Amino acid sequence: MKFSYYPGCTEHSTSLEYGLSTHAVFKTLGVDLVEINDWNCCGAAATHSLNHLLSLCLPARNIAIAQSSQAGSLVIPCAGCFNMTKRAEYALKNDEAKRKEIEEIVGFKYQSTLEILALMDVVVNRIGLEKIQEKVKRPLKGLKVACYYGCALVRHPKVTQLDDPENPQYLDRLMAALGAEPVEWSYKIDCCGADLALTYADVVKKLVGRIVSMAGEAGAQCMVTSCGLCQANLEMRQEAGLPIFYFTELMGAAFDVEGREKWWSKHVIPPKGLLKELGLG
Amino acid sequence: MTDTGTIDSSFLEDAKKRSGEDLDLCYQCLKCTAGCPTAPYMDIRPNNIIRMIQMGMKEEVLGSSAIWLCVSCETCGTRCPNKIDIGVLMDALREMAVEEGVKAKEKNIHLLHEAFIQSIRRGGRIHEATMLMDYKLRSKDFFTDLVPGMKLFLKGKIPLFPDFIKGKEEIKRIFEKCTKEK
Repeated sequence: MKFSYYPGCTEHSTSLEYGLSTHAVFKTLGVDLVEINDWNCCGAAATHSLNHLLSLCLPARNIAIAQSSQAGSLVIPCAGCFNMTKRAEYALKNDEAKRKEIEEIVGFKYQSTLEILALMDVVVNRIGLEKIQEKVKRPLKGLKVACYYGCALVRHPKVTQLDDPENPQYLDRLMAALGAEPVEWSYKIDCCGADLALTYADVVKKLVGRIVSMAGEAGAQCMVTSCGLCQANLEMRQEAGLPIFYFTELMGAAFDVEGREKWWSKHVIPPKGLLKELGLG
Repeated sequence: MTDTGTIDSSFLEDAKKRSGEDLDLCYQCLKCTAGCPTAPYMDIRPNNIIRMIQMGMKEEVLGSSAIWLCVSCETCGTRCPNKIDIGVLMDALREMAVEEGVKAKEKNIHLLHEAFIQSIRRGGRIHEATMLMDYKLRSKDFFTDLVPGMKLFLKGKIPLFPDFIKGKEEIKRIFEKCTKEK
């Protein structure tokens, strides 16, 4: 199995451990992720806030590169990059005038056959939970985890078309397949405040504080996510000390892959104590 | 709500055209505002933004903090019974405000977006260190949030050197065309 892969800017910065763990677990699964050549930033919230056309054209350049690389469906780990690229795809597929404009600016011809998938979707639905379970060497027994999807994966559903927008299950099913216990809670899709962290830290502290305290109240010992910005906000704007994992890190722990020390060392809230306590360190 | 602005009769049509959303369909059920994570901090709530657009209150809407405090989480658009994508509307309103030279009520949010976009323009990818420095210089807000920034830096998560792409000229061309053709 082989996919085109768009790492996004944060794979080499704020979400280092997401990238490291993704590559480690995909190696174990025997699935190739072929990084697309000379990709650019998706544009993130900044472009769609100020320049709609630019917010479509920047991801469209990456779509063009993935098309010509012919390494298979385009897989995106970061929820934010996934959302921006799906927005561009939505415009390319549903708005003919806009498609022509984007094609002219970026200099390519769009082929609607290229699939654009979130990494989580690939794990749960393309590789499949049976295959995942086969690779589990150390089940995450006793680990109570709150699965946090945030915004960008599931909304707007007409654009992302991933899971149930109000009560998504992909992560919960994956965690159960790894032997962990996903808790039932009602804040799995509530917004963390995103980039207001840099301008209105107090607002983000309130939003994150509520999400983390609800996870704790539901009995979770940690949370798991797939978004670099959510992970950073949840880790740095809470006071409860609840570890925040990327889902690929917990896959790596269950698969018992090498190099996990380095991932744990990148966390602002060290998760090692919790893992040790459960004999998972 | 203030009552000082003049009524702009074309504002509703402009906002509908720019956003592609049918704002006439809103029947004020307030579902957008009820689910909005930042509504408690807005000067005008999302449902009132729509009502005020219908009433032509352009100055108030484009000059509001609300259009900048929206983080595009899309909870509103997902739940709207009339399928109005309010997140997309907010994007359109911000774009209109900037184009018309309306001073952003949330200056720093606007400046952060600008700093981010300029970072992409320079090298095709984000370089956090120079982007944040650029934002600090623009906003003159030097001391907020130094601790979280330092924590990430010490974890090796804010690289010193940028990772520029080879296709910088392509990016430059995309930027030029997207800015000119508006």
